[in-house]
Amino acid sequence: MGAATEHHRTAPARPPWVLLVPALAGLAFLVLPLAGLLVRAPWSTLPARLAEPYVLEALRLSLVTATIATAMSLLLGVPLAWLLARTDFPGRRLVRALVTVPLVLPPVVGGVALLLVLGRRGLVGQWLESAFGITLPFTTAGVVVAEAFVAMPFLVISVEGALRAADRRYEEAAATLGASRWTVFRRVTLPMVMPGVVAGAVLCWARALGEFGATITFAGNFPGTTRTMPLAVYLALETEPEAAIVLSLVLLAVSVVILASLRDRWVSAP
Amino acid sequence: MSRRFPRWTVALPVALVLGLAGCGSAAPAGSAAATPAGGAERAKEVTVFAAASLTGAFTALGQHFEAAHPGTSVKFNFGSSATLAQQIAQGAPADVFAAASPATMKTVTDASLASSPTTFVRNKLQIAVPSDNPAKVDELKDLADPKVKVALCAEQVPCGAAAVKALGAAGLKVKPVTLEQDVKATLTKVELGEVDAALVYRTDVIASAGKVQGIAFPEADKAINDYPIAALAKAPAGELAQQFVGLVLSPQGRDVLTKAGFEAP
Repeated sequence: MGAATEHHRTAPARPPWVLLVPALAGLAFLVLPLAGLLVRAPWSTLPARLAEPYVLEALRLSLVTATIATAMSLLLGVPLAWLLARTDFPGRRLVRALVTVPLVLPPVVGGVALLLVLGRRGLVGQWLESAFGITLPFTTAGVVVAEAFVAMPFLVISVEGALRAADRRYEEAAATLGASRWTVFRRVTLPMVMPGVVAGAVLCWARALGEFGATITFAGNFPGTTRTMPLAVYLALETEPEAAIVLSLVLLAVSVVILASLRDRWVSAP
Repeated sequence: MSRRFPRWTVALPVALVLGLAGCGSAAPAGSAAATPAGGAERAKEVTVFAAASLTGAFTALGQHFEAAHPGTSVKFNFGSSATLAQQIAQGAPADVFAAASPATMKTVTDASLASSPTTFVRNKLQIAVPSDNPAKVDELKDLADPKVKVALCAEQVPCGAAAVKALGAAGLKVKPVTLEQDVKATLTKVELGEVDAALVYRTDVIASAGKVQGIAFPEADKAINDYPIAALAKAPAGELAQQFVGLVLSPQGRDVLTKAGFEAP
């Protein structure tokens, strides 16, 4: 199979236009809005706007919270994906469907749902407050919770897909050689699905970085503690669309640079 | 590796996308323009962009208008005045704009999209607390207590600007836990009991129908919001836009608005 494709590649064939035309249309569709931002950006006042302290503050908060949310998603999401892909239990299909709920839920609704559970008067939240004095809404930890809630499904789905596609014979061989299930997971399964985990983590991080609805609803909006870049963009849009464009460009540029450098480092590794 | 594609393979998709984009922006304008104002067929649809705080009162007025002008329908876009003003400035097909502050109306008049707005009501802030008032708030200075969790509107939106003015008049420094993007979001935080107090409009307290408790405070008089209304210069509905503004300014309109808690200018 592999040899056959190699063979075909030597004779350069023009891609069929039925694929090429929609592919380029798709690319244009995705890239044109970005071009719109670039065209309308107030380039002359850009340096002055970037120097404003609130931009750096919001950017830092965004990067920190998205990274912690991704770490949290990895810690909880990879085992969850493993459970869905490698074990059999009653209601597994239902559980898998439930995992994707945050993908479908409008993020603002997700934020309200989080308030109802983890808020000061929420089912779990009131207990958290009375027992430990912990309140999540309006704190940076609340931002992380909101972002992880919305972004973790991307990781779980991606890792579960990788686990299903992985060859289970290696795991079985390790098990027959006496490895425990934990050892198999750690030494065989995880290295095998690492590209899927990395891809999932990248998706998860990107989604967390852009999170708006759940964050503003659950964590509120206060400079320095909960005002992430998307919130700052939205607020700037109310009065100063140009400032909003600058903020969006900063967020875009930083995320593209980070993702591109990660890609070179890990994803392209064989 | 450098494989050349015929030029049209690039041009076509770009044209396709641009074409689609053109359809997208033309569609709303087209639906409003389907009933040309100057033609034999009169315009039958009025699109009103109004501040979120006007939701209840304007919905009722819309029904009055439809009853008085058979065959017409009034469509509303309620939202933050600042957002609505931006949408109008970007060419949204609106007939009437009712804003919660002169500053947001100015965005539209500065772009020459409306002239001579009329102030039709005024709104006043109140302290909103959850119905059981857990922090025992009963006057404005209680909000300065660091133990009291307070939500305010962001300064960029009219209710936030009014809150800053009122707190300034009282000489109080309040550190809110959150600055919400509009007054309804602020109110929701009180309704859910996530904050102990918030500054919202009197009309929002009335509209919440008992879910929050309102407390009037004297400094609110120093931060009264004027609500201007104007028919837009390029109103697709033409004369009907003026007529809707007329209804809002009429005694009947005033009656509906006063019942919702607004004050006459």
